[in-house]
Amino acid sequence: MPTVSMTVNGKAVSADVETRTLLVQYLRENLGLTGTHVGCDTSQCGACVVDLNGESVKSCTVLAVQLEGAKVTTIEGLAQGDKLHPMQEAFREHHALQCGFCTPGMVMSAIDLVKTNPKPSEREIREWLEGNLCRCTGYHNIVKAIGAAAETMRI
Amino acid sequence: MTATGIGASVRRVEDRRFLTGRGNYTDDINRPGQLYAWILRSPHAHAAIRSIDTRKAAAAPGVAGVFTGADLESAGVGGLPCGWLIHSKDGSPMNEPPHPVLAIGKVRHVGDPVAVVVAASTAQARDAAELIAIDYQPLPAVVTMAAALAGGAATVHDGAVGNVCYDWEIGDKSAVDVAFKAAAHVTKIDLVNNRLVANPIEPRAAVAEFERSTGQYTLYTTTQNPHVIRLLMGAFVLHLPEHKLRIVGPDVGGGFGTKIFHYAEEALLTWLAGQVEKPVKWTSERSESFTSDAQGRDHVSHAELALDKDGKFLGLRVATQANLGAYLSTFSTSVPTYLYATLLAGVYTTPAIYAEVKSVFTNTVPVDAYRGAGRPECAYLLERLVDKAARETGIERSEMRRRNMIQPDQFPYQTPVALQYDVGNYPASLDAALKSSDWAGFPARQAEAAKRGRRRGIGISTYIEACGIAPSAVAGALGARAGLYESAQVRVHATGSVTIYTGSHSHGQGHETTFAQVVADTLGIPFDQIEISHGDTDKVQFGMGTYGSRSIAVGGSALLKACNKVIDKGKKIAAHILEASEADIEFKDGKFTVVGTDKELPFGQVAFAAYVPHNYPIETVEPGLNETAYYDPLNFSFPAGCHICEVEIDPDTGTLEVVKFTAVDDVGRVINPMIVEGQVHGGLAQGIGQALLEGAVYDGTGQLLTGSYMDYAIPRADNLPNFDVTTQSVMGASNPLEVKGVGEVGAIGSPPAVINAVLDALIPLGVSDISMPATPAKIWQAIDAARSGHKAA
Ligand code: FES
Ligand code: FES
Repeated sequence: MPTVSMTVNGKAVSADVETRTLLVQYLRENLGLTGTHVGCDTSQCGACVVDLNGESVKSCTVLAVQLEGAKVTTIEGLAQGDKLHPMQEAFREHHALQCGFCTPGMVMSAIDLVKTNPKPSEREIREWLEGNLCRCTGYHNIVKAIGAAAETMRI
Repeated sequence: MTATGIGASVRRVEDRRFLTGRGNYTDDINRPGQLYAWILRSPHAHAAIRSIDTRKAAAAPGVAGVFTGADLESAGVGGLPCGWLIHSKDGSPMNEPPHPVLAIGKVRHVGDPVAVVVAASTAQARDAAELIAIDYQPLPAVVTMAAALAGGAATVHDGAVGNVCYDWEIGDKSAVDVAFKAAAHVTKIDLVNNRLVANPIEPRAAVAEFERSTGQYTLYTTTQNPHVIRLLMGAFVLHLPEHKLRIVGPDVGGGFGTKIFHYAEEALLTWLAGQVEKPVKWTSERSESFTSDAQGRDHVSHAELALDKDGKFLGLRVATQANLGAYLSTFSTSVPTYLYATLLAGVYTTPAIYAEVKSVFTNTVPVDAYRGAGRPECAYLLERLVDKAARETGIERSEMRRRNMIQPDQFPYQTPVALQYDVGNYPASLDAALKSSDWAGFPARQAEAAKRGRRRGIGISTYIEACGIAPSAVAGALGARAGLYESAQVRVHATGSVTIYTGSHSHGQGHETTFAQVVADTLGIPFDQIEISHGDTDKVQFGMGTYGSRSIAVGGSALLKACNKVIDKGKKIAAHILEASEADIEFKDGKFTVVGTDKELPFGQVAFAAYVPHNYPIETVEPGLNETAYYDPLNFSFPAGCHICEVEIDPDTGTLEVVKFTAVDDVGRVINPMIVEGQVHGGLAQGIGQALLEGAVYDGTGQLLTGSYMDYAIPRADNLPNFDVTTQSVMGASNPLEVKGVGEVGAIGSPPAVINAVLDALIPLGVSDISMPATPAKIWQAIDAARSGHKAA
C-alpha cells in the first residue's frame, strides 16, 4: 500500500492507503476527520467539499494517491480556537443549517465563492451552489448567510 | 418574553458542533475491532431465487461471514412488522404478507436485500459479494397499479389475491349520492400524485455491537424514533427483550419520514454483531438509498365535487388507489387512509364526503410516510378540484374558497370524515396571503410579463393538516398498533442545572434549542444551564419519536408537564424551608416566594436542598428533584394556511421560474420564529420539488430509472425563489403549550399552489391539465399539443 503525506488543516499527516482510497475516505477513515461528509456516489451533493490547494473541490472525486504534498483544509480547520470563521458565524446567525449534514460542504464551497467573487449577487450565490444539495433549508437562509458573510469578509 | 424564552429567535445550540465538523452522525461512529457489512441486493424487480452459492465469497480475503435469508430463517429471525392494521369495507383485515429481513425464495423489487457479507473492510465485503452466485428465475413484474390490478396480473405475494392489500372506505356514501342528485354543477378530476424519494442528504447507516459478557446489544442507527425501533426489532424480529437492546439515534442528517421505519438493515446488523461477536458497520450508498429507503406518495385518484348554484360545496366523492410497493413498510398502511382521507373536508364546510381507497402491491420499493404523509396528497386533490370548479363555474378562485370556508365561530367543527377541528381562522390566513402576495395586482404583473414574451400565472391553495399525532385511544381504535403519547424527564441537578430527557428526536428540527426555551421559561433558569438529551434508549425513559409534526405538540407538552411536577415538588420543599404553608408558595421567574411577603428561595437553592436534605420535609417528601411525565393529547392539532405561488413560463422552451411564493401558516404558538420559518422554507422546497422537479420513475420491468442525483432532481438553490413566509397564531386548543406543529405545512400547501399557477399561465393557451412534476419538457409538450390541437403524451 502506498504511503501518502499531505498537510491537512496545517498539520503534516501521512497514512498508508489502498490506491482506490478517495480523499474523503482518507480524511474520514485514516485521519478521523469526520466533519467532511458523504451524501452521494455520483459527485453531485457537495457534502464532501474541502479546500484543496486553495480551491474548493469535492473530496469524493479525488484519489488520495494523487495528493502527495497537497494542502487541504476541511471544516475542522476553519475556526480559530473558539472563534468561528465569518462564514460559519453567518450560517449560525441566519439559521442556514438544520440537520447540519450538508453544512460542511456548503460552508467550504461558500468560502471559495466569496474568495473568487467578493460581492456575489443573490443569483450568483444560487448558481454557485449548483453543486451543493441541501434537503432541509430550502436554501433561503443559506443564500442570506452567504451574502451576509461576504460583507463581513470584505471588511 | 425573555431573550431565551418562548417566542424568541434564539440561535441554535446545536449549530456550533455542526459548523465545526464535530457532529456525531452514525457513519462517524467507529467501534474497536469493527467489521463492515455489504448487502447484496436484487437486480430484478420480480424473480424466484433458485439457488444461492456463497462458498467463493466466504473464502474471499478478509471475509468473516456470508449470510442469506435461509440462515436468518433457521436462526428464528422474524419478519419486519407493519404498525397499522387497516380493515377493508367488508370488515376483513388487510393482507399482511411476510416481510423477511433477507429475501426468502423470491425477490420483489430492485434493491430487495438477498445476502450480506461481513468483512474487514467495506471494499473486501463488496468484492466478496460479487462472488456470490445467485440463480434467479425472472418473473413478470407488476410495476404500475393499473398493471397490478389488471385481471391475470402476476402476484407480488401469493397470499394477496389481485395484489390488493385492502379496499377501505370512509364517510357516508348515500348522503353523498343524495348531495350529487341535488347539485347544480359537478366538477370531476383525475389526478396522479407522483412518487417521491425522500432523500435526506445523510444516507442511512448502522453500527451494531454485541457485549459478550452481558449479552447486551447496542445499535447506532439513522432513526427518527429509537424506542420504536427497539420495540419492533426486539419484539417481532430478533425476539430479544428490550432490556438487552440499546438503540441510539445520534445526530441524524435529515429524516423527512423515511427514517421512521424499522428497516431490514437495523435488525440484520444487530443480528450479525451477535453472530460474529464483533461490531459491524454498514453505510448505505446513495444509489442503494434510492432502492432501499421507503419512498413517498404515489396515488392515482378520481374525485367529484357537487356544488349548488352559488358555488357552495354539497358533496365530495373520492376514489384513490395507493401504491404500497412490494412490502408493507412500518406505517405505510395508515398513510393513504387515516392520514389522507380524514382530511378531505379541508377548510371547507362540505357536508357529505365519501372516499374509498384501494392499496396495492407492486414490484417497486415500499412506499411509506414522506413529509406530510397523506396530507399533501389530500391537499393536492382538494385544491386542484376546487380550482377546477372555480374555473368551470366562473367564480373567482379565492372567492370560491372563501364562500365555503369553516368560519371562526364554528369551532369545534366536526367534519364528515371523523376529525373534529379544535380551532382556526381560515379566512384570516386567506386575507393575509392575498394581501401579502398582492393578488389584486396580478393582472398588471401578468401584462408586463406578456410584453417580455412570458406567460405569468398565479395559483392559490388553502390547506389544513392534522399534526401532533395523536390521542392513543383514537389511534388504537383506528388500527394503530402503538400508543402515540410522548415522555419527558426533567432531571434537576444539585447545583440547579437541569438535563432534559425527551422521547422526541431531533434530526434537524433544533430541539436542543426550542425545548430548552420551554424549560427556561417554565423553570426560570438560565438557558445555558439546560441540556437536552435525546435519541438514546439507555438514557431516555421512553419515547415515540419525531414525525407528523408531533415533537413540540406532544413532546413539548410532556416536557411542560414534567417541569410543572418539578415546580410542585419544589413548592413543598420551599414551604418547609420558608416556614410557610404550601398553598402560600408561588413560583415565578425562577423563585419560590411566600405570597405577600418578601420571603423567597431561588430555584437553585430548592434543588440543592432536595439533594442535601438537611432542612427538609423528609417525612412527606422524598429527596431528589427528578420528574418524569407522559403526555397523551386529547386531539390532533390542526395547522392550516394559505399558499400563493406565482410563476413565469417561457412558452417557447417550457422553462419555468417560480418568481414569488407567499406562505401564511397558522401554526399556533411559535416557540422560536427563526426555526419555525426555517421549517416552512424546507417544506416549501420539498413541495415545490414535488410539483416541478421530482419523480421516481420505473421502467416497464421495474428498474428505477431515477436512481441517482443525476436522474432524480431534488431542488437546487437556483430552482427556488426567496420565500415570503408569515406565521399566524390562532392558539392551538389541543395541548397546554397551544402549539400546532410546523414541520410539514410547507410540503402540504405548496404543490397545488404551484400547479394551479402553472395552469393559470397555460390555460389561456388551451392547455387543460398538467401532471406533477411539471418539468419544462412536459410544459412544452402541453403547449405544443394545445397549439396543434392534439393531446399531449
Ligand atoms: S459525496 Fe456527494 S459530491 Fe461528494
Ligand atoms: S441542513 Fe440538512 S441537508 Fe442541509
